[in-house]
This record gives sequence, C-alpha cells and structure tokens, in this order.
Amino acid sequence: MAKAGEARKRGKAQTGLSKDELLRGYRDMQLIRRFEERAGQLYGMGLIGGFCHLYIGQEAVVVGMQMALKDGDEVITSYRDHGHMLATGMAPRGVMAELTGRATGYSHGKGGSMHMFSKEKHFFGGHGIVGAQVSLGTGLGFSNWYRGNDNVSVTYFGDGASNQGQVFESFNLAALMKLPVIYVIENNKYGMGTGVERASASHDLSQNGAAWGIPGMQVDGMDVEAVKAAADVAVAHCRAGGGPYLLEMKTYRYRGHSMSDPAKYRTREEVQKMRTERDCIEHAHTRLTELGVDEAELKRIDDEVKAIVQEAAEFAQSSPEPEPAELWTDVLVEG
Amino acid sequence: MSTQILMPALSPTMTEGKLARWLKKVGDDVRAGDVIAEIETDKATMEVEAVDEGRLARILVEEGAEGVAVNTPIAVLGADGEDVATAPAAPKAAAPAAEAMPAAAPRQEAAAAPEPERDWGPTKPTTVREALRDAMAAELRADPNVFLMGEEVAQYQGAYKISQGLLDEFGPRRVIDTPITEHAFTGMAVGAAMNGLRPIVEFMTFNFAMQAMDQIINSAAKTLYMSGGQMGCPIVFRGPNGAASRVAAQHSQCYASWYAHCPGLKVLAPWSSADAKGLLRAAIRDPNPVIFLENEMLYGQTFELPTDADFILPIGKAKIERAGTDVTLVAFSIMVGVAMKAAEALAEVGISAEVINLRSLRPLDIDTVVASVKKTSRIVTVEEGWSFAGIGAEVNMQVIEQCFDWLDAPPARVHGLDVPLPYAANLEKLALPQPDWVVDAVKKLV
Repeated sequence: MAKAGEARKRGKAQTGLSKDELLRGYRDMQLIRRFEERAGQLYGMGLIGGFCHLYIGQEAVVVGMQMALKDGDEVITSYRDHGHMLATGMAPRGVMAELTGRATGYSHGKGGSMHMFSKEKHFFGGHGIVGAQVSLGTGLGFSNWYRGNDNVSVTYFGDGASNQGQVFESFNLAALMKLPVIYVIENNKYGMGTGVERASASHDLSQNGAAWGIPGMQVDGMDVEAVKAAADVAVAHCRAGGGPYLLEMKTYRYRGHSMSDPAKYRTREEVQKMRTERDCIEHAHTRLTELGVDEAELKRIDDEVKAIVQEAAEFAQSSPEPEPAELWTDVLVEG
Repeated sequence: MSTQILMPALSPTMTEGKLARWLKKVGDDVRAGDVIAEIETDKATMEVEAVDEGRLARILVEEGAEGVAVNTPIAVLGADGEDVATAPAAPKAAAPAAEAMPAAAPRQEAAAAPEPERDWGPTKPTTVREALRDAMAAELRADPNVFLMGEEVAQYQGAYKISQGLLDEFGPRRVIDTPITEHAFTGMAVGAAMNGLRPIVEFMTFNFAMQAMDQIINSAAKTLYMSGGQMGCPIVFRGPNGAASRVAAQHSQCYASWYAHCPGLKVLAPWSSADAKGLLRAAIRDPNPVIFLENEMLYGQTFELPTDADFILPIGKAKIERAGTDVTLVAFSIMVGVAMKAAEALAEVGISAEVINLRSLRPLDIDTVVASVKKTSRIVTVEEGWSFAGIGAEVNMQVIEQCFDWLDAPPARVHGLDVPLPYAANLEKLALPQPDWVVDAVKKLV
C-alpha cells in the first residue's frame, strides 16, 4: 500500500482553499442546507410523499468533491441525493418540483426524491437499491476507459451499502481493469438505525479495497477544505490512469435516515455535539471570517440562497401535476 | 411577517398525530433547526424542527392534544413587534384534482393482417451458433459503441463457442472477459449503457443472471421511466435459457415469463438461424434493454439463412412457420421445433395445424395469433417452462379477451411439468414437452 501512504501524505500537504473558493463552497453548502430544510417542511405539509432522505450535516462531502471535478466527470449516488444534484448544478426548482411530484420535475414526477437524473450535468441518479449505484458507477468509469477520455466517475455510497457484495465485486472489476472510479464512502455512522460498528467488521472503510490494491484515505467529511484536498489527490490518481481510488468521508447526518425515522438509536446529545462542534457550514463561516470576509457578505449569500430556495418551493407547489398521459411515456424508447 | 407552524406529516402514512410535548414556549426565540415539539405518529415519537426563524408568538394546539390532523396550524412564529393576530391562514396542501385514469395503455398499431415476411433472396445452411456470431460481428463492425462482455467470451472463444473469432477481429477492448461476478459486471454494463455505450452481455446461461436480476430489472428496465426519458439503457443480455441436457434443476430453467412480465424490457426468443441472426442484430440496434433468450440445444442445429449482408428482422413480429386450418400451435424457441414435429404427425391423421413462432415475447404479436385463431378456432400453446403464470397463460388469456367467440374449444397449454427439472435421463424426458404431448392435446380439442 505504498500508494495509499504516499497519497495520504500528499493530501495532507495540500493547502486550504482560497477565499473565493471557500466562499463558493460556503454558498453551495448553505444552498443544500436551506433546500433540505425546506424539503423537510414541504414533506411535513404533505406536499412531498413517500421516502425522503435529507442530506443535512453531510454537505461538505459533495461540495468539496465537486470542486475537484471538471465538466464531463460523472456523478452517481444512492437515494440521499438532493445535495449531489444541487452540487452538480442541477436547478433547485427542478429538483424541488420532482420532490412534489410535478410535471416540471427532473423526471416529470415519475421518479421522486430517490430517482432523479441530469444528462446535461452528468448526474446519473439517484438510485433506490442500496449498493446498486456502485456497479453502475463502475460502469460509468468503464465507459471513460472504453472511450479513452480522462473523465472520472465519482461513485458515492454510504457505510451501510459498503457491505453489499456487489461493492466488493465492483472493486475487483475496477482494480482489474484500472477503471477511473473514485469510490466515496459517506460514512455517516449509521446505516438506517444500525451503527457502522455493528454492521462492518472493517474498522477503516477506506481500506476496504486494500485486497485489490485500491488506495484509500480517511477524510474529515465535515471540513470542505479537507474534502477538496483529498478529492484532488484521488482525481489526479484516476485521471493519470492509476485506476480506482477510495475515499472514506467521516461525516454525520443530523436528521433521521428518512423522514419517518425517530432516530432512537443515538442520543440527542450526540447529534447536538456534532451540530455545535463540527458543523461544516459553521466551520466554513469561521474560516471565512479569519480570511477577512465580513458578516455582511456572508449575510448577502445567505439571503441569496434563501431566495433561491423560496423560489424553488413556490415553483414546486405551483407547478401542475403530470398529465395522466404521462403514465405511458418513457417506458421504452420508441422507434 | 408571521409564519404559521403546521402539524407536520412525519411518515408516508401519517394523517394525524398527538402533540406530545412543546419544547419551546411563547416568547422563545426559534432558530431554523431548533427542536420545537415532539409529536407521536402512527409509528414513533418524532421531534419537530423549526424551518423558519422568529419568536414563538402563539401556541394554537396545547401539548397532549390527540388526533391533530396533518397541516393544522399548531403555532405562530412572529417577527419582533408584529401583531400576531394578523397571521395568515394556513396554506392548504395542494390536493391533486380527481382525474380519470386512462383505462389502458395505448394499443400498438394492430396490423389488419399479418404482413408477409420480406423475401431476402438466396439462403445457405447455417447453424444457429454461426448466425449468432455473425450477427454480433456485423454489429461490432458497424458501431464502435458496441462491445461484448461476459465470462469466457474472449480468450476461451465462448463457453458455447458463440463468440468464436471475435477477440481476434475486434481486440480485447471490445471483446472482454469478465471474472465470475454477474452482479457487478451486469451493473457495470448497465452503467456503461446509461452513458451511451451499447453493451452485449453474455450470460453463460440465464440461470446465472439470477445473480444480476436486480440490475436487469431495477436499473436497466426502470431507469428510462424514472428519469423522465433522460437515461436510456441500450443493452442486450443474451445467453442460453431453459433446459440443456442432463444438467438438472439449477441449470435448466426457462426465464421467459419472468422477464416478459416487466415493462421496460423487450424479450426475444429465437428458434431458427434466421431468427437468431435477424433478431440479434435488431436487438443490438434497439435503444432499449433487450433480453435475448437462446437455447443451448439449438446452437448446433442448421437452418437456411439468407446470405444478404443486410438481413435483419423486426422485433415484435411473429412468424407463421407452417400454415394450417384446424388448430393454431403457438410456440417459441426450441418448442417451435416440437410444434413442427407435432404438426407433421397431425397431418398424417388429417388434422391441419398452423404453427406460429412467436420470436418476440414482449412486445407480443398477439395480432398474428388472433388472426390465426379466427381461422382455426382452436389454440394450443407450447412452452418448455412451467405453466403457472407462464407465457402460454398470457397468450391464451389474450386470445380469450380478443376472440372468445371464435373459439370452438377451450384454449389448451402444453408445458414443462411443475417440478424442478430432474437429472435422471428418463425423468428429465418425462418432464419436458414432447411432440406427442402436443398431438394428444390437439386431439382432445378436435
């Protein structure tokens, strides 16, 4: 594992983000946070149905990763996907309208919270079966390998999914074929209600690809700068033809697994401690203040984000439901 | 501006709940994310977090209140100095307008009469094996996005020698040996297809595709729909299906009805070399996921195959393999041969059987079947798989729906026996449809 050690060193050696980069990161994290809070509210009002898994707390992961990517890189994840969609640049109104099941949603109301896609933004979903996106994401990396381009596939999954058989099968395939795939384990400590230490015999998920020689790194997923630095290492490795890379993001979700989860498997104190001491947005806020950004500028960003989310929520509530005829479209590609 | 806090729905099924406890009192400042109350739902006690900021101006529902309907205003958040009495009424959740459901899928264009097969000119005897290989080679030549992957498809030349010579011609980037890892290589191929490539996935047999069923159904078949038409999945899953010879139950199952059950897939089952080549080329060109059910026992059989380099068949068209007037025999894959033998035997006793080779199970060319039944007034379906919820059950039901009045006898089914396929030679033969089973079934109808 010389490679992993080397990578770890290089990751640490990275300096932090510039003021402008960090401002951008702050803004993107705020957008996800405010969007998710609004989604939770609309769920409470009965405007969003079914399953709804909020990303609150984990924002630094997807925002930091996205900062290291270029146009053409693919992103795929599981059902806790709203943050990923916003980070790839998908329109908040289109995402929110899909949550409310409207014709103007990204999937015309046929996918919902867990199943949205954007070909334009190279976002490949939004998958409801735990772990399935890992093989699919490996296939996105395969398509880059097949075409001989230098795009990378960023394949997200949780600590819960990390025990699925096809995850390890995918590691083997990716390592065997040297596919450009960055596997990002978002370890938020709980697979639904089961703590990671009760689900996995592996205590360092970043080393879950070690048997296949996949370099891995544990990353502070509550710090957008640390995430970006690690992402840079992984992206460089993949683009240079080094094969897959595994990043374990140590993160935390503040809300339950889904909206109907009372989260009795952890204490209120545990959640509160993370929120007050480790919050990624508060952390960025502090860093920005240190860099000389004044409160007024941050307030301006907060207000801008608030307005975007407000507009998205209004759009999502005022848009029409899909026409009944939409039932029969897109079952097959015609012709 | 003041904001009403509404009783939230906290599970997909909650319509009302108990306001168990207030954690904030009137006059408290509330920040987004603060826990303000506890609510008992139909499932659990949940904490309610504030989304908006402000001062808790009024509590409208006291703690302990039961049966509080979702969306009832439970409190008012006010900005400083605002007269909370003017707080706006609760916004109503948009109720979906009651609307008539479309009764059924728009029917595909029903051909008034089956079109005659196009005449492709000269033919030559070719095995099904060669026909399949030639179809893949032609499409690999025509489209650089097409590739073949599976276990032993490259260096070994195919477990059943279907991919013989393809590695030499197309190289290891386009003819790819995979490890024995059906779940992940299927998912990988589906991901590649979602990104615009056109994989041909060979399963050594469809029995092993069970390992990958989730990726075939949940990922390949449903993504187009769930993405509102954005992400298609142009992919072919092919390999031998059904019983081979003396390989027992785990290696001898027909999956036709499993796949044909699912919208979002096309399902083809060729019999002859022409079916194999013409349909496989069409499958590779099709923008949808196609299940291509071959049969090991047919690989070595020889049929006449058009020599025209452009030969291709349309998906969704059955073929009348033998014309007749007294009974319609409907079969697919290897059972077409069984039906043809039965038709010969029936001819010797003066019964004229029409044999329909379905070729495509989804979409199903029911028009050709119905047109035939209107002529013969009797139908016997023949399939190797089990009868329960099988292809025969579906074909016969559709016949009943569409031409009940033309039937002179109840529809009948010939099928594999309702047991896991046994190993012993005599038992295996007893479990699989034979021509005389078909003859006997027909004789009961006429």
